[in-house]
Amino acid sequence: MGVLYRTVDFLVAVLIFFVGLAVMIESYDLGIGWIKDSPGSGYFPFRIGAIISLASIGIAVQALLNNASEARTLFVEWSRFKLVLAVFIPTAAYILGIVFLGIYVSSAVFIAGFMRLAGKFKWLMSIAVSGGTVAILFWLFEFEFLVPLPKGPLEALFGY
Amino acid sequence: MDNILPLLHGFSVVLTSYNVALMFLGILLGIVVGVLPGLGGPNGVAILLPLTFTMEPTSAIVMLSCIYWGALFGGAITSILFNIPGEPSSVATTFDGYPLAQQGRAGEALTASFSGSFLGALVGVLLITFLAPLVAKFALRFGPPEFFAVYLLTFCSFIGMGQESPMKSIVSMMLGFALAVIGMDTMSGQMRLTFGWTGLMQGVDFLIAVIGLFGIGEILVTIEEGLAFKGKSANLNPKVVFQTWARLPKYWATLIRSSLIGCWMGVTPGGATAASFMGYGIAQKFSSRRDRFGTGEIEGVVAPETAAHASGTSALLPMLALGIPGSATAAVLLGGLMIWGLEPGPLLFVEHKDFVWGLIASMYLGNIVGLIIVLSTVPLFAAILRVPFPIIAPIIIILCAIGAYSVHNSVMDVWFMLGFGAVGYLFKKLGFPLAPLVLALVLGDKAEDAFRQTMLASKGDLSIFWSNGLVGTITVLAIVLLFWPAIVSLCRRMRSPKLGQAVP
Repeated sequence: MGVLYRTVDFLVAVLIFFVGLAVMIESYDLGIGWIKDSPGSGYFPFRIGAIISLASIGIAVQALLNNASEARTLFVEWSRFKLVLAVFIPTAAYILGIVFLGIYVSSAVFIAGFMRLAGKFKWLMSIAVSGGTVAILFWLFEFEFLVPLPKGPLEALFGY
Repeated sequence: MDNILPLLHGFSVVLTSYNVALMFLGILLGIVVGVLPGLGGPNGVAILLPLTFTMEPTSAIVMLSCIYWGALFGGAITSILFNIPGEPSSVATTFDGYPLAQQGRAGEALTASFSGSFLGALVGVLLITFLAPLVAKFALRFGPPEFFAVYLLTFCSFIGMGQESPMKSIVSMMLGFALAVIGMDTMSGQMRLTFGWTGLMQGVDFLIAVIGLFGIGEILVTIEEGLAFKGKSANLNPKVVFQTWARLPKYWATLIRSSLIGCWMGVTPGGATAASFMGYGIAQKFSSRRDRFGTGEIEGVVAPETAAHASGTSALLPMLALGIPGSATAAVLLGGLMIWGLEPGPLLFVEHKDFVWGLIASMYLGNIVGLIIVLSTVPLFAAILRVPFPIIAPIIIILCAIGAYSVHNSVMDVWFMLGFGAVGYLFKKLGFPLAPLVLALVLGDKAEDAFRQTMLASKGDLSIFWSNGLVGTITVLAIVLLFWPAIVSLCRRMRSPKLGQAVP
């Protein structure tokens, strides 16, 4: 199962068409004509939106007419796309973790989890590597660069 | 030769122990960035840019530009040892570099590529030293109409000279413009394209876009292609280095050709990637051993690397002299200038002599330091690549997240980064070029301001863009470049009508 390269090319072009349309609609109220001698606030955005929409129609037509053999192959094998999701979804979870746990704890869980589940490393190894990496990051950003990164309950426990 | 004195002054600015330490740090980080898939010149610089907000501009640019040189050097290591280009600009290096490594001649290939890179960069810096001040002096006469015409020229040449489908280049660039528009309009104070959402009122920072598109997007593409790092080992010792150096002068013609191609492609925004392919192609055409290209020719390694470095270096010429970046990394550096409170453009050469000449001096030193470091530490960096991907991948993602967060200290930006990552993955797979998007995002506001100021001055008369020889020439040149592919194919048809009929 899976979708063809050509289909994705077409669908993305359609999506971009609507982005262009949204840009045009959003800038319409700002004044898309000339105000006195100078273009209004909406002048450029409106035309940018128009060009995006027009060009995306061109891409969509090209995608439909494209009969080259590469265009008719799968955009991505499902087995490979699963790998992409296996990175993308944990990354989203990691960012969610930053909000609640702070960046250091979330990073430690992220590395250890990734090593354990994707790399089949032993728990001990996973925890050692993630702990070490996060310790280095903590030292670098809190003491060397003095860039405050988001912290959570664990850091609060130690008074940070 | 009135450029020598300011250059010497530049050396005196750069040669403090602090700046030299930053230079070493920059080169080392740059090589790491260049070696790792998923991290490249543009996003490596973008991730580290927030750390330099409080630094002195000169020290900051010395470190960041050294990351750039390091990344260019590092890309060649993975190409030759692992057959995996660490940077798009080192794809052509794999053609002959990897076969050489398979034959056990990795040391020669690495030495040749580093030395070629060094020479290419040197030509690029010499060009900057002598040409940039002249261009800047000339550009001091520019007013808003001329600047808008130059911006137009840049945008048009990206579309006309780009390697990808022109339609996709246009969409990519226009999306960049649309992103640049988001937030408050500097001229009227109105909020634009925020769709009533407060999260967008600050605008979208180009750093977030670069980190997401290039960093996260690249990781996703890499993981999908399923890379296995089974590399060749490098036998790099002084004997091999000197033997290879002794053979390099034989390729003087290739070195000169590739340097010139690189400089041309760098100053006009053709990019290092295009330059490296062109360098390789032309070297092959002129070589007496052209049949053996692709099977492990030293010349086939020297040619693309020289061109890529010459182009990467000379891409900074228009950035310094005109405020127009010649590559994605140069665009990020340009954004950095604005953050440090410097106004890019010809006035830099007048008002911030220390900064400009310090940067130029650091290019000479940075490339020498870079050559020495890469030659002596290749095994170390090759070892980094043997670290399993399940360890490397989350660490790269974490570095991207930290970089994105620290731009405005906001987690919202990290979510935007993830969104840009998904877009970057799709765009890479579908052949949308990313460089025009970044360029438009960085320059969009300035181009619009230049246009509106021009219109205010001319009372809305568009013919101001043809009003004098200077601005007229630039405008016409821009339009010619935009339709360059069409013009070329038209000329071909007129010359050989039979061929024209055969091609539908």
